[in-house]
Parts: sequence; structure tokens; C-alpha cells
Amino acid sequence: MDSRLTQFDELAGADGRIRAPYRKLSRWLAETPPELLASRREQAELLFRRIGITFAVYGAQEATERLIPFDILPRILARSEWATLEKGLIQRVAALNAFLADIYGAGEILKAGVVPADLVYRNPAYCPEMAGRRVPYDIFVHIAGVDIVRTDDQGFFVLEDNARTPSGVSYMLENREVMMRLFPELFALHRVAPIENYPDELLATLRSVAPPHANGDPTIVLMTPGQYNSAFYEHSFLADKLGVELVEGRDLFVRDDVVYMRTTEGPRRVDVIYRRIDDDFLDPLCFRPDSALGVAGLMGAYHAGNVTLANAVGAGAADDKAMYTYMPDIIKFYLGEAPLLQNVPTFRCREDEALAYVLDHLEELVVKEVNGSGGYGMLVGPHASKAQIEEFQAKLKAHPQNFIAQPTLALSTCPIALASGVAPRHVDLRPFVLQGANGARVVPGGLTRVAMTEKSLVVNSSQGGGTKDTWVIDDAWVDEEAMGQA
Amino acid sequence: MLSRTADNLYWLARYMERADFLARAIQASRRLAALPKAYGGDETEWESVLLSSGAALAFESCGRPVNEANVIAFLTFAPENPGSIRNCLEHARSNARAVRTALTIEMWESINDAYLEMRALESRDGVPCAEELARFLEVIKLTSLTYDGGAYRTMLRNDAYWFSRVGLFIERADNTARLLDVKYHVLLPQKEVVGGSLDYFQWSAILRAVSAHTAYHWVYRTSMKPWLVADLLILRPEMPRSLISCYESIVRNLDSLARAHGRQGASQRHARGVYGKLEKLTMESVFQGGLHEFVQGFIAENNRLGALISEQYLF
Amino acid sequence: MAVQHLRLTPRNYDGQHVVDWRIDVDRDCRLVQSEDAFGNMLHRFSVDGPLESISTVVEGEVTTFDTAGVASGAVERFPPIVYMRETPLTSPSAGISEFARKTASKESGTLGKLHALLGALHESFTFDADATHAATTAAECFEHRMGVCQDFAHLFIACAREIGAPARYVSGYFLRTDAEDQVAGHAWAEAYVEDLGWVGFDPAHGVSPHENHVRVAVALDYLGAAPIRGARSGGAEETMDVKVRVAQMPVFSQSQSQSQ
Repeated sequence: MDSRLTQFDELAGADGRIRAPYRKLSRWLAETPPELLASRREQAELLFRRIGITFAVYGAQEATERLIPFDILPRILARSEWATLEKGLIQRVAALNAFLADIYGAGEILKAGVVPADLVYRNPAYCPEMAGRRVPYDIFVHIAGVDIVRTDDQGFFVLEDNARTPSGVSYMLENREVMMRLFPELFALHRVAPIENYPDELLATLRSVAPPHANGDPTIVLMTPGQYNSAFYEHSFLADKLGVELVEGRDLFVRDDVVYMRTTEGPRRVDVIYRRIDDDFLDPLCFRPDSALGVAGLMGAYHAGNVTLANAVGAGAADDKAMYTYMPDIIKFYLGEAPLLQNVPTFRCREDEALAYVLDHLEELVVKEVNGSGGYGMLVGPHASKAQIEEFQAKLKAHPQNFIAQPTLALSTCPIALASGVAPRHVDLRPFVLQGANGARVVPGGLTRVAMTEKSLVVNSSQGGGTKDTWVIDDAWVDEEAMGQA
Repeated sequence: MLSRTADNLYWLARYMERADFLARAIQASRRLAALPKAYGGDETEWESVLLSSGAALAFESCGRPVNEANVIAFLTFAPENPGSIRNCLEHARSNARAVRTALTIEMWESINDAYLEMRALESRDGVPCAEELARFLEVIKLTSLTYDGGAYRTMLRNDAYWFSRVGLFIERADNTARLLDVKYHVLLPQKEVVGGSLDYFQWSAILRAVSAHTAYHWVYRTSMKPWLVADLLILRPEMPRSLISCYESIVRNLDSLARAHGRQGASQRHARGVYGKLEKLTMESVFQGGLHEFVQGFIAENNRLGALISEQYLF
Repeated sequence: MAVQHLRLTPRNYDGQHVVDWRIDVDRDCRLVQSEDAFGNMLHRFSVDGPLESISTVVEGEVTTFDTAGVASGAVERFPPIVYMRETPLTSPSAGISEFARKTASKESGTLGKLHALLGALHESFTFDADATHAATTAAECFEHRMGVCQDFAHLFIACAREIGAPARYVSGYFLRTDAEDQVAGHAWAEAYVEDLGWVGFDPAHGVSPHENHVRVAVALDYLGAAPIRGARSGGAEETMDVKVRVAQMPVFSQSQSQSQ
């Protein structure tokens, strides 16, 4: 528990000695005049303002030209660290998929009493329409964005499994492009694992789960809610990189359980839909009848096996905060393995003992609503006022099953470059895991989100958080360097 | 290509062209209206601009008197005028944003820069002053040039390019035709008046509105004559805004589409029909049948083409 | 172009036997029969436009038995706990929660509590076909104290779930003693009672369903059991006419037609 309370800096380490992956960067920083850093920061700003203009104009607020802050110092992981993380991520996603196939199928885990049935069946993200349906290759989660934090150099914690429509991968790719233009010399110093193949890997993943009738040459589309969605830039960016059409619901129609898109050359059959639109809006005949974003009859085509949706409908039943607490048991149940990535210790307020503890320790805990997201319905004990704590006490007593609580984590810090010099800031990491019929893959790295203000733990871009490029570098180079130092 | 993408590109091009035409028409009218009465300077000029830009009805419903300040405000920044320059630009950008990946970066930036400039102007208090307005009209003209040049120089020659070209030329033909229609009475052949006519400056304003003032002299090498102005805008293939030149381009781009798709349709047939008629036409027959009637007929044919394209390609 | 989902076909359970049933659509289309999430019969079809109207005629014969409201022997795809799920149409307001708890507290045992709710709802709410529409929520109906059978069913469901009993929406037909021709189908609710199973409650009539009720589809709320859900692209206005005729043999038919 103690290690979580003392802050861990990924550059300086626990003992104040520069950690191996950062040695070269650290030396480079020492040798680099501050003016050069300043000028690179300016260049980055310029580059991003150019790309950034397109980032911001797609935002919901037309009037605000908001850039997501970018920090020019890379966050560095050694390949050995990454290897652990990668294995753990793949394990995690395998378990999520096994769990989903089970709860929509035989329900073994419920019968075994490992996960309480009501937690599944009453979960708003559980989709009754999927019960008893098989999805191609039993894969529900094709793309996961698993949020990872660390508090020491021992291991990684999973903060959240995003199994629905995780976003942010476009920032990961753009950040790398900008870094390669700005710091060719730093790339020459390190051997940074490439990530530019992500779109190809994603395409391969999507192709692998196409229905058999596509005969290995499926028509794939990316479905967006439209240009007013805050992630529209990413949708359009990815469609472009994948070389697939970016469609809205009104571009598609269903006839006799087959999905077509309207093209200038007539209807064209669609086999795989990488959808970036929530379950509720997919099909007005099945879900929200007022949804103008979806396609009438889509679920019929889906159930008939004529189209594959990625991620599958109902995948959200696996990633809510209440289910999260069972992930270690879920991994053991399906894979017979110990979890490689730890869960943040979590109190399930639905359990009396846990609730009593939580009510007694509200000022040191983070309380989250089970179905909330993006910091909504959340109490951060150490920063909360008396009134807020009392309000949550009442809420917890009234509906304990709606809440979980976790100790406040001292997220690790990484150096960022400010006008005033280099300073540590808290970070998290969202790697993107792809699961296809042909296996699982994770491009090395992910999106590092960073809290730009001192001491802040909030990395969400909606609340002023920024991003960094994330490097996975060869250990051989790290070791060499370490010996050279000695 | 997705039908919606084609639709967006087509309308994007139309809105850009319309904004450009409006900017030029306003500039030409200001020049004309500023002349002394004896030279044709006339407040009715502002009514003509409203008519030729198709905004007369909308303006009427806003209940303001027709004068220079009101009309210009209505045609430039008025959010309540669906055809104002600001709304054209807004629609253009919204269409562009929806099909961002079908455009090259140059095209997107030209639209977005103009849009941001417009927003900056709008976000300030008060009506833009004359200088700002003049500058804005220049920006619009430049944007259309940059956008057009960007399309010509950077776009792949595929569906995306052809649809946006077709949109541009249909809009351009429509604008030229409406300008002719509003001014047809000053373009009718008449007995030559020694020492020029009161309408001289009207003719020159028409030519300026379609940036053909210099072109006229290069083509005819004679002083301004109304029937030649009409000839230039209808039948001269070398004049890029003439009806025949627009249709030559429409036919070429629709044929490219048909070749790529391996399929001809009603829109190709209709466009060729209109082009064929224009090729055989003489100004004598236009005037015999009535310039007004001819232009009305043309506008209807042009609209029909728009409908056919939308039926054939855009669902 | 139009796509339609029909839940118009009853299935057997201990309270009814379907002797004969058929659906006719007056357009060229492929009518696909399947089973939906809750085990209801679902017919789907799509028709290419332009269309002026689609007419769907459904006709059949069902033999019914009085089971004192117990709906045993039906197709059950889920454990009862699923029917504790809240939906926008059945979400309880503070007023509903209070009403439910207060009313139920007078009785002991789930069945007694449910009957108390049924009685109270039937007494204090007025039937008014003009007061609500298809998307009226239980909370809205509760506030206005008026509604149609659909609204009362939602309200009953919200109350039942509030006191811990899984509950679901039932759509079906009702044989009236005063008139054969009706303008709509009927709707009621079922709640789960430990040791007894699913029991029907018809708050519009204040009784448990009996041999005048034909049970067609069940779901969490109206949306999942709706007799017709459709969507179309293009076209301007759309209207739907529904005619239902329920009669004792020898004549029994229902017809629904839609035109736009």
C-alpha cells in the first residue's frame, strides 16, 4: 500500500537514480540548450496548430479552437517492461471475450457463482438481444483500449477496460509523426519500436472476422455518428488510413437481412462495420426508436450472420466498473491463469463489509458510480468538501450497489518540457489491443495522457490533460548504456 | 464512392461558386450604383442584384427598404438569408468537413481559412465597416481561386473530382443565366446610338460581375454592344463563364464519370442534349425567340440536370 | 424503402392454444420469421419504395383457458432477474416509488402486494386515449393520472420492480363483451412470484388476465413487444391505421394496415 502513496517518477526512479530507459534522454536533455527545447516546443505547437486546426474544428464547440496540449518529451518504456504489459493486455482481452461469449451463451460463470447473475443481467450495457447469439469466432471485443497506470517499477495496474468504442488511437499515431519530424536525432539515439503499422493491423483484424460469404475479400466500412461527434476527426482519420469508406447510418440500408451502402454506382454489400457509435443508436427497430444515426434492420442482418460488427453489440457488459472488480476471478475462471496485470484494489459497496469500510474512510478514497464515465458521478475523497462527502454518504447508503471505491493512487510521473524547464507530471497509458480470428496484437506503445498542471491527477483531455508520444525501446541499448555509465 | 460523399462534393463546389459570384456581383453593383444618375447610376441596381442572386423573396420577407447598405448586409453576413455569402461559406465548410478525406489539404485549408476569417469578423461587435467588407469580398474571391486551383492541381482525377467539377459548372451556368435574365432588357439589340448609350455602364457592370470586362475586348475588339455582351455570356466557348463553356465542361466531366462507372444515364444524355442545342444556336434565333424566354428555358433545363444527377448518382 | 418488424403472432402456453394463424402483407417481399430476444415470434420484411401504403392483415384462431392469471408453460429465454432491468419507459419517479411502497406495505407476501398495486392503480387512474402517446413514460402517466392500457402496464411494471418483483410488459388482444371492433390491441403486465411463476395483471381492467385475453408478446416494456415497429427512408408523412376485431368463434380476426 505504501508504494502507492509515495510518488514514483519514471525518469528519476524511486532512489533518485536515472532509470535505464531514460538515461539517453536524460543526458540529451542535459546537453541540450534550453533555447533548442524552446524552439522545438514552438515548432511542435506550429505543427499541431496546422494539424490541430483540423483537430479542433471537428470538436462539438464550433466556436472554440481548442488544441489538445502536446508534450515534446517522449515517455519511454523498456522492451522488457513492455513485454510484461503486452502479455497482460492480451490475457485481459482474451478473458473479456471469453466472459462475453459465456454470459451471452451458456452462462457457466454465473452458474459457478463466480460473478453474481444480477450484476450481469441488470447491467444496462448487457444486451438481451444478444442472448443466445454467436458472433463470428466468439470475438466480442476486437478493439480494446485498456487504461494502465503504474505506481512503482514493479508492475502495472489496469484502471479501466474500455471494450466498447475506445478512442485516442489517432493521437497516438499523430504524436509519433510529429515527434519523428521534430527529433530525428533522438530517434537515432534510441531504437524505438514503430507503431505506424497500427492501421494495417486493424484492417487485418477486421478482415479476419468477416462473414464467410465475403470469400476473403470483405467490404469494410467505418461507421460514425457524424461530423458533430467529438471523435469525428479520429473517425475520418482512421477511415482514411484504413482506406475504407466513412459511413453514417443514412449511407446504409438493409434489404432482406443484407446490409448495403448507397454508392454512386448503386448499392454495395457491406460485410464488416467498424462502428464508432453506441449500441443504443445502432438500429431504431431494436433499440432507441428515435435514433436517426442508426440503420433500420441492422440487428436482423447481424443475427443472420450477414455482417460483422466490431466491437460486437453488448460488449459493454464486460467493461463497467462493477464487473472490473471481478476481472481477476474472470481471468482465472476462463484461462486458469493468474492475472498478469493487477487490478487497483476495489471495494464493492454492494457488499456490507466493504460498504462499512468505505463509509468510514470516504476522505481517503475515490468513489465511482458503476455506470458513470468520464469523471461523472465521482467523489475524490482527499479533494472533496464536507458537503460533497455527506452527499456521497447519503447516496452510498441509498444505493450501495451503484458504487465502487478505490484508494487514491499516486500515479507515476514523467518529465514534461515547460517554458520554465523540465518538470514531472502524472501520466497514464492507453494501449490499443486488437483481437482478430488470427490472433491478438498490440502495437508497442499507446497513448500516454498527462496532467499538465502540477500535482493534478486528471489526465482527461476534456479537463485540460495533454498527450505524449510513447516509446518502447530495446533493452539491449538500455543495458549497453547502463554499462557505459558504470 | 458513397453517394453522400458525391452529394457533399457536388454541393460544396456549388456553394463555393455561388459565394464567388455573389462577391463579384456586389462589387460590380457598388461600382454602378456609385455613378451619377446621368451615367446609369440607379438605386434599382440593388433590386437587380437581389433578383440575380435569387434572394429577392427572402429579402422582401425581412421587411427592410431596398438600399445599398441593407442589400449588401443581406447578401454578405445575414444569417437569415439562406443564400448569403456567410451561409454559402458555412454550408461549404460543413460539406467539406463531412468529406474531409475526399479533399486535399490545400482545398480544406482554403475553405477553413476563409471560414475562420469570417468568424473572426462576425465575432466582433458592430457591422463590418466598408473597408472590412471590401476586404472580405476580396478574401472570398481569392478563396474561390485557391480552392479551384487546389482542386485542379491536387485532386486525383476520379469520382470526387468529377462530381465537384459538375457542381461548379452547373452553379456557374445558373449564375450566368440569372444575371442575363435580370438584365435582359438592356441587352436587347437596338439601333446604335451615336456616342454610346445610357446603358453602357450597365453592360460593363454585367461583364464585371462575371469578370469578363477585359475578355470582351479581346474577343470582339470593338466597343461595347449589348448583343455582343449577350453573345459572350451565352455562346462563346472561349469565355469560361458562358453557358456553352459551362456545358462543354459538364458534358466532359459527366462522360468521365460514365466511363469510370461503365454506365451512361439520363444525366449524360440530358447534358449532351443541352450542349448540342447551344452549339447549334445563333444569337439571331435567341433574340427572335426572346432573350428572356431563352434564359428561362435554359434555367429550367439546368435545374433538370441537377435533379437527374441527384437521381442517378445521389439517390 | 421500408423495413418492418411485426410481433403479431401468439405462441402457446398453458392458457392458450394457437389453432391457426397467418400474416399477409400486400407487397412483394420476403417475410422472415424468427424469434426475438424474449422468445416472441418476430416477422420481418423490407419493401423497396416508392410506396403509397403497406397493408398487413393478420388472422387466426386461438383457444384460451382461464389459468387464474398464471402464465406457465410459455417460452422463457431469461431468468426472472432480467425483468428487473429498468428502461426509460418504466423508470420509477420518486412519486411512483412512494406510491408503490405505500400501497404494497398494506399487504404481506409478493402476490398480495401485487394485487394491492393492481387494485390501487385501477381505482385511481382514468382511462383516456387522448392523454398519452406511444412514448409516454410511466412517470408521466403517474403524474397525469390518466392513460391507456399501455401506460398502466408500464406503471404497474415500474411499481412491481420497485417492490422487488421482476415484471414485464405483455401485448395481446382482448375480447370485449361490448364491442367486437377495436382501435388497438391490448396490453397488460406480468410479475414474477416465487413458487408460483409469472402471473398476469391487467391494470386497465383491474383483474388478472383470463380466457378473454390472448397473449402475444412479452418484453421489458412496450418497445420490445410493440406489434409493429417500422422505419422508412424518404417520403413525407406517414400515418398508421389499426383495426382490431376480436370475437368468439366462428369469427375471429385482426387486421392492421399502414398507409403513408
